[in-house]
Amino acid sequence: MTHMTRLFAGALLVLLAWGARAELAIEITQGVDNPTPIAVVPFAWQGGGTAPEDVAAVIDGDLARSGQFSPVSRADMLGRPSTEAEVFYRDWRAIDSDYLLIGRVSTAGAMRIDYELFDVLRQTRVFSGFEEGPASEARMLAHRVADAVYEKLTGIPGAFATRLLYVSVQRVPGGKDYFRLTLSDSDGARPIVLLESREPVLAPTWSPDGKQIAYVSFETNRPAIYRQVLATGEREQLTNFKGLNSSPAWSPDGNTMAMVLSKDGSPDIYLMDLASKRLTRVTDHYAIDTEPVWMPDGRSILFTSDRGGKPQIYRYDLRARDVARLTFEGTYNARARVAQDGRNVALVHQRDRRFHIALLDLETDRLHVLTSTELDESPSIAPNGSMVLYSTKYAGRGILAAVSVDGGVKFRLPAREGDVREPAWSPYIPR
Amino acid sequence: MKQIPMVARLCSVLFAAALLTACAGSDTKEADEAAARAAAEAAAAAQQAQAQAAEMERLEQAAEAVGNVFYFEFDSSALTQDAIERLNAHIALLQKTDRSVRLEGHTDERGTREYNLALGERRANSVRDYMVANGIASFRIETVSYGEERPVAYGSGEANWSQNRRVELK
Repeated sequence: MTHMTRLFAGALLVLLAWGARAELAIEITQGVDNPTPIAVVPFAWQGGGTAPEDVAAVIDGDLARSGQFSPVSRADMLGRPSTEAEVFYRDWRAIDSDYLLIGRVSTAGAMRIDYELFDVLRQTRVFSGFEEGPASEARMLAHRVADAVYEKLTGIPGAFATRLLYVSVQRVPGGKDYFRLTLSDSDGARPIVLLESREPVLAPTWSPDGKQIAYVSFETNRPAIYRQVLATGEREQLTNFKGLNSSPAWSPDGNTMAMVLSKDGSPDIYLMDLASKRLTRVTDHYAIDTEPVWMPDGRSILFTSDRGGKPQIYRYDLRARDVARLTFEGTYNARARVAQDGRNVALVHQRDRRFHIALLDLETDRLHVLTSTELDESPSIAPNGSMVLYSTKYAGRGILAAVSVDGGVKFRLPAREGDVREPAWSPYIPR
Repeated sequence: MKQIPMVARLCSVLFAAALLTACAGSDTKEADEAAARAAAEAAAAAQQAQAQAAEMERLEQAAEAVGNVFYFEFDSSALTQDAIERLNAHIALLQKTDRSVRLEGHTDERGTREYNLALGERRANSVRDYMVANGIASFRIETVSYGEERPVAYGSGEANWSQNRRVELK
């Protein structure tokens, strides 16, 4: 049970693109008041045949989705420069574009994207750069260009070259639903079904290096925690205890997994050393203790507990071995996710009988409600700390939605079919 | 070899025959009585079996009539009076059999998924504890929580939610 088993593509594990059905669309519902206009000109294709990917469209979409930028429509562009010599600033001033991004894509073995960003008002080149990689990763290269442009103009590293995990469900009224664990680009494109099951799949999470995932699957008719290597599809069943086996959460160093087991009575937090599989019990309380998440420094774990009567967020200090309550506002605060800065905590907060996503600032202890819909859950913070992805219900269906940590930018990612939920935003993916 | 006189031999044969006859006579009588007893016992057993079968059928019908789903209030794992009454019908049946059961705990969609997994387990345990307190051995009962992952009613609102907050006996 504990050794790695290579699984073959069968009824259960699917390692191929699922097509348009699971694909997410993007609907930006709210941006900043004065988004910066930027023109992303279609990049010149210097390879043979037609370009495999519209790189500029990917960058354009990323910048628009951030809510910080309002990309200029291609129909309004008065020229299509791809080198600095072809740039006429007046063409871009005429359509009120503050910035201009141009580029060239070539393939000589690997794909290479060269790009240049211009400040239209100052009539200067801001910076230039290139990205290189396999042509099959053209979209990821485009996301990296968007990351560089975003960081240059906002001072915050971009998080477009990242990936999402989510669970999509195809309802079968009166029967058993289909559960699919799906991996996609950060914009919902290129969905790949990693696991398909007629039994529930939930709680997907990432290893800190972005190379492995863990989740809970009921495929044996009971919940069990699995981990899976993305590159090879190899997977391992980590637990098979009586009762709950849920909420896997990797430690920041990748060596330990926090989890929830109820084998000794009520649900408690345990740590599993992933090399030896040895278990250590962390909490021991007759109440429900669940939804563990590590602080980025690895010294403490936040979790949900109803030891005070209603679910609230607590912090367990792994050295001092003491528990402190963190949330006091309202009667329901649960499923915390911590930003990489260790300061912002996204959680589910109930107010006026509705469930919203809120942000708790651990320095000021202030709780700030970010959403206004009523069944919001499963927050996941982007690795750059800028956005919170979560799931909600819209028009009777489960969809993913995102909100910036200041509440100013909102967008929805509805699936074309079925319900989507439990988004898990990857850490930065190493090149 | 020693010669036994003919008369003596004849006598012994006659005696043996008489003895056999006597024995056979008493055997037949006892066999008849045993058969009668057995028949009476069989009839009684059959009657009892019939009564038991009727009782089992009554218990099964009673359990079937109340259904195998027990409902709960929001954020609660306390058994309602209605759930207890339904559960009693199943316990009466389980006390007469040695069959094992599986209790599946469920919640509505409100609240977080993993907290709801724990809440679903609490509900299943609540039913299990009541069964154990009423004489059903705990090794016969398996519990599993599905949290909010397996709704019977997909929509929102109390009309749907109340159908989903349940424990199913299987």
